[in-house]
Formats: sequence, structure tokens, C-alpha cells
Amino acid sequence: MSSLLEVSGVSVTFDGFRAINNLSFTIGPQEMRAIIGPNGAGKTTFMDIVTGKTRPDTGKVVWGEKSISLLRLSESQIAQAGIGRKFQRPTVFEDQLVRENLMMAVRRPRSPLPVLFFKPSAADHARVEELAVEIGLAEYLNRKSGELSHGQKQWLEIGMLLAQEPKLLLVDEPAAGMTLAEREHTTTLLREAARTRAVVVVEHDMEFVRRLDCRVTVLHEGSVLAEGSLDFVTKNPQVIEVYLGR
Amino acid sequence: MASPADLPFLKRHPSVLIFIGVLALFTLVVTLMSEAYGPGLISTSFVKTLGKTLCLCLVALAMDLVWGYTGILSLGHFAFFGLGGYMIGMWLMYARTESIVVASLANAELPATPEEIRNAIAVQIFGVVGGSEFPAIWHFASSFWAQLALVVLVPGLLALVFGWLAFRSRVTGVYLSILTQAMTLALALYLFQNDSGLRGNNGLSGLQNLPGADDIPQSLTSIWFFWASAAALGLAYLLCFWIVSGKFGSVLRGIRDDEARVRFLGYPVEGFKLFVFTLTAVLAGLAGALYYPQAGIINPAEIAPIASVYLAVWVAIGGRGRLYGAVIGAAFVSLVSSWFTSGRVPAVDLGVYTINWVDWWQVILGLSFVAVTILAPKGIGGLFDWFEGLRTPDRKGAPLGPDDGALQEKEAVE
Repeated sequence: MSSLLEVSGVSVTFDGFRAINNLSFTIGPQEMRAIIGPNGAGKTTFMDIVTGKTRPDTGKVVWGEKSISLLRLSESQIAQAGIGRKFQRPTVFEDQLVRENLMMAVRRPRSPLPVLFFKPSAADHARVEELAVEIGLAEYLNRKSGELSHGQKQWLEIGMLLAQEPKLLLVDEPAAGMTLAEREHTTTLLREAARTRAVVVVEHDMEFVRRLDCRVTVLHEGSVLAEGSLDFVTKNPQVIEVYLGR
Repeated sequence: MASPADLPFLKRHPSVLIFIGVLALFTLVVTLMSEAYGPGLISTSFVKTLGKTLCLCLVALAMDLVWGYTGILSLGHFAFFGLGGYMIGMWLMYARTESIVVASLANAELPATPEEIRNAIAVQIFGVVGGSEFPAIWHFASSFWAQLALVVLVPGLLALVFGWLAFRSRVTGVYLSILTQAMTLALALYLFQNDSGLRGNNGLSGLQNLPGADDIPQSLTSIWFFWASAAALGLAYLLCFWIVSGKFGSVLRGIRDDEARVRFLGYPVEGFKLFVFTLTAVLAGLAGALYYPQAGIINPAEIAPIASVYLAVWVAIGGRGRLYGAVIGAAFVSLVSSWFTSGRVPAVDLGVYTINWVDWWQVILGLSFVAVTILAPKGIGGLFDWFEGLRTPDRKGAPLGPDDGALQEKEAVE
């Protein structure tokens, strides 16, 4: 199986602090992967590197069948290439309708002129409505997204990611601050998404990771400590030591 | 039920029709009360003031697009306004001086050569700054169409180059505001020099006299310019509304609220900012080109940094993020301002101190800016929401969303 994203030998230093240290990591198409690790393990920095927010000092990040290096692309080009990102805090455009939020995310040309002359077709409206049903916000299409609850905003953001039709979805702590029922819905959404694309979930919460039922990569001090099923890595003595303190 | 998106543009946005209607009615009333077409209840000089106000509304519209919608607090848009005025002023001054020079040379024994005429014009125009030759930038001044093109091209190109450098380096927020202030200050200081080629601090004058229209009274030309200003404002309003009402507007507001998020959606934020910055600079240039023939004179003091700050104050007081708010703010504040500074407001004698409104108006303006920012961030435009709000249903305190995490009624009403 060819890989979708290949990170190799990546290091990044902030003011002398090594946030990522010789990290190598591969993910295949249509794979669900959870990344866990204690605070400061480099989970978010890893996402910043893949999405172009942070430039690494050394190493390679290679994307897709054509093996494009992501390090030369801007954030928007990376997003157009097919990498979607969900932030830890729900970031939707609160001043705009749920419909407008989704319409902005639907995969259509992104340059200023095509956007200026863009007129949503019947298919675009249908897509927005279909997504709204999927994330459980069909009744809220004409409401401002700022009026939604915390969990609903998270789903809207996942819906916006799905609308982008990315090949890889990077999701940062999707379950933070959710009720039990909301978590279940979120798990369903993510597993559904992983059928057709790769999904990488960064998570703190072991219970949520267990629910996702997927391969787990443990990061520690900026590099991979262990990889495998959740049961396998939690039996790893090094992982136990990192999590429970030395 | 038909989806709102299926309706025609104007039906979906009735506010546009209202705006255009009010503007048309205003234009008609002023015309019928002017000296040229009516009993003269409105003096020619006041028609000019109203025409100039419409131009200020137009540049405020541009400011609202760039600041209220896109979140770029440009404090340099009056530089583009002034440049537009200078570009059209060059032609007005050249053509007018040419007709005077030709008339005075008509009685000479030998007919004047084109070169003699051009030299005589140059002496007439640049005598005040000790020059007698046309600088290179006056190359096209004899052509109306060329200068009209420059009205668009000069502000547009300056904005394009400046914006490209600034946005590419990801300069945002207050740093960008400072950069735009520096730009307009540098431009004003340059134009103040006598060898800038635009007559230093004398500026360009006599712009109210249209070349070849010596027989037409000012009462008539003033109403023409008033019409042109109203038409420009109406068309620009339609253009701006069309821009902000579609997906493009969604992206602009997204950039204002969370630039990084828009980037991760795949939109090239810098391109959008550059587009809006350049477009609004062109609109500002056009507004200036209509303003200064009505003002009659333009000099570098017009593009001093404070002018652009006033522009931001108008938009803030009117209500940013809504186009009619910017127009109302610019019209209201600039008219009240010209009333206070005209000296017609009687001074208040407090015995120990006399309040002279010409000076104190600035203080009132400053205080009202602070008050609007703190107490009513929506500005005058927020009054329209308040009227709308009177009609919203009473939910008796029930949550608006499905559970307690959703927006509560009392939060929504505020």
C-alpha cells in the first residue's frame, strides 16, 4: 500500500526547545489513526508542520501519489491539495449562517475571481443540505453559527471539513468539552469519514481513543515512542513510564 | 418554500432598493430646489457642499469594504482620494490655462507655435514655484481621457504595489494601520515640496472652472457634478453590495473574523486582501476626482494622515460592516462638521470661558468616537437593528437552541 503522507526526519526548534525531534511517520489512504502523548509531546506542532503553519528546520514532508513536498506550499495551497484541519477550539465563522459556513467550505475554485463570480448551483445547495443532515444541523441552516452550542459548533466544523473533500483530515482534540451523547455522535462522524479518506485524530482522552478503535501512535518529546493497537501500546513499559511519570 | 437564494438579487436584498430610492429622491429634491432648476432655495455653494458630501460617502463606502468587511484598518485611503483629485486636476488646470493662453496670444502679430503655447502654459502654471517647464508627470495632462485613466491607474497601482508588499509579509492589525499612515504621510510630505511637479503647497487651483465652459454658470455645473457624484455613489453601492452579498463577501468577513481559518479552508487570503485593497483604492480615487472639481482646489494638506483617520471615524460612527452605515456616518459627520466649523454656530459665553465651536467641535467629534466605540459598536446603523428588534418575537426566556449551551434569549437581544 502506498502512503498518503510521509513525514521523515523532521525536526523543529523554538528558541532552543526541540518541539519535534527527528520525527518519522507515515499514513496510508483511508486509514484512521490516533496520536496520543503527554503535554508538550509535539502533537499540535506536528499538525502545524503538515498544514504549513510552521516550517521545520530539517526533514521532508511528502504528500500523495505525485510525492509533492508540502514544505514549499502555502497553507491555502496545502488545504487545496487535500489536507483539512480541525482546530482544538471550534473555529466557525460565528457572524455567518450555518449555510454560509458550509457553502464557503464546499469544494469549488478558491481564487478571488472565481469566488467573486460564483453562483451556487442546485448541486451546491443540495450538497450543503446533505452535509447539514449528516452533522445533525439540518434545522439550523439559516441560523447564525454563533448561536449554536459548543458541540454543534464542533460538528459544523467537521461538516465544513467534509465539505472540503480532503484526502486527509487532521483533527485536534475533537471531544474536548463534549457531553457523552455528543462524543458518540462525533465518533460516528469521524469513523464514517475514515471510510473514504485518512483521518488523524490527536487526542488526550484514552476513553475516546478506545472508542475510535484504530491504530495509535504515541508521541513523546517530539518523536514516535510506540505504535500499534491501543492495548498494545498501553502495555508498552516506556509508554506507561511516560504517562505515569518516572 | 422557495429557498432565499432562488429570488432575484434585488428581491433578496430590499435594502439596496431602499438605498437607491432614497438617493434618487434626494437628488431630485436638491435639483428642484437648486438655483439652476428651481427657486434657488438651496444655494449653489450648498449644492457643492452636498455634492462633495456624496463623494465623501463614496470613499466611506470603500473604507467600509476594506475595514468593516475585510478587517483591514487602512489609515491611508485619503491618499488614494487625493491622488484621484490630483490626476483630474492636472487636466482641468492644463486645459483651462491653455484656453486663457491661446486667447491672450490670439492678438499677437505672428501666430504662436504649439511650442510657444506649451511654454506659456508652463510658465502660467509653474510660475508660483519658480518653474517654467512641464515636469515629466504632466506628459498626458493635455488629454482628458489619459488623465481620467490615471485617476484609476495611479491609486490602483500604488495600492497594488503597497498591498502586495504588506500582505505578502503578513503584516496585519495595528502594524498595517501604521504602515498605511506612513504611506500617506510620505506622499503628503513629498507633494509639499516645490519640485514634486505638482506645485508644492500651492496645490492645483481653479478646478471649479470647466475648460471650454466659460459661458455656463456655476449654478449649472455644480448641479452636474452633484448628479455625477450621486450616480457614482449609487453605482458603487450596487457594486459593493454585490461583492459582499455573495460567497466573496462570506470569505471577506471570514478573513476579518479569523484569517488563519480561511487559509486552512484553502482560500489564498493575501489575494483576497489585495483585491479588496486595490478595488477600494480605485473607488477612493474616483471619489477624489469628483470631489476636487467641486472644491475648486487641492493641495497636499488634503492627504495629511489625519484625513484618513477622519475617514475611519465616519465609518465607525455610521456603523462598520454595513454599507449604508458608512454612507450615513460620512454624510452625518461631515455635514455636522462643516456646520460647526463654518462659524455660524454661536459661541457660548460661560463668563469665565467662551466655548468657540470651531475649536470645540474637534473635542466633540473625538468624544463621540470614543463613546460610539465603547457604548454602541454598531454605530448609527445599529439603530436600524433596534427598529428590527422591536418586531422580534418574545420567546419568554426559552433557549434559542436545543439545550442550555445554546444562545439564550437575553444574550441574543442584546
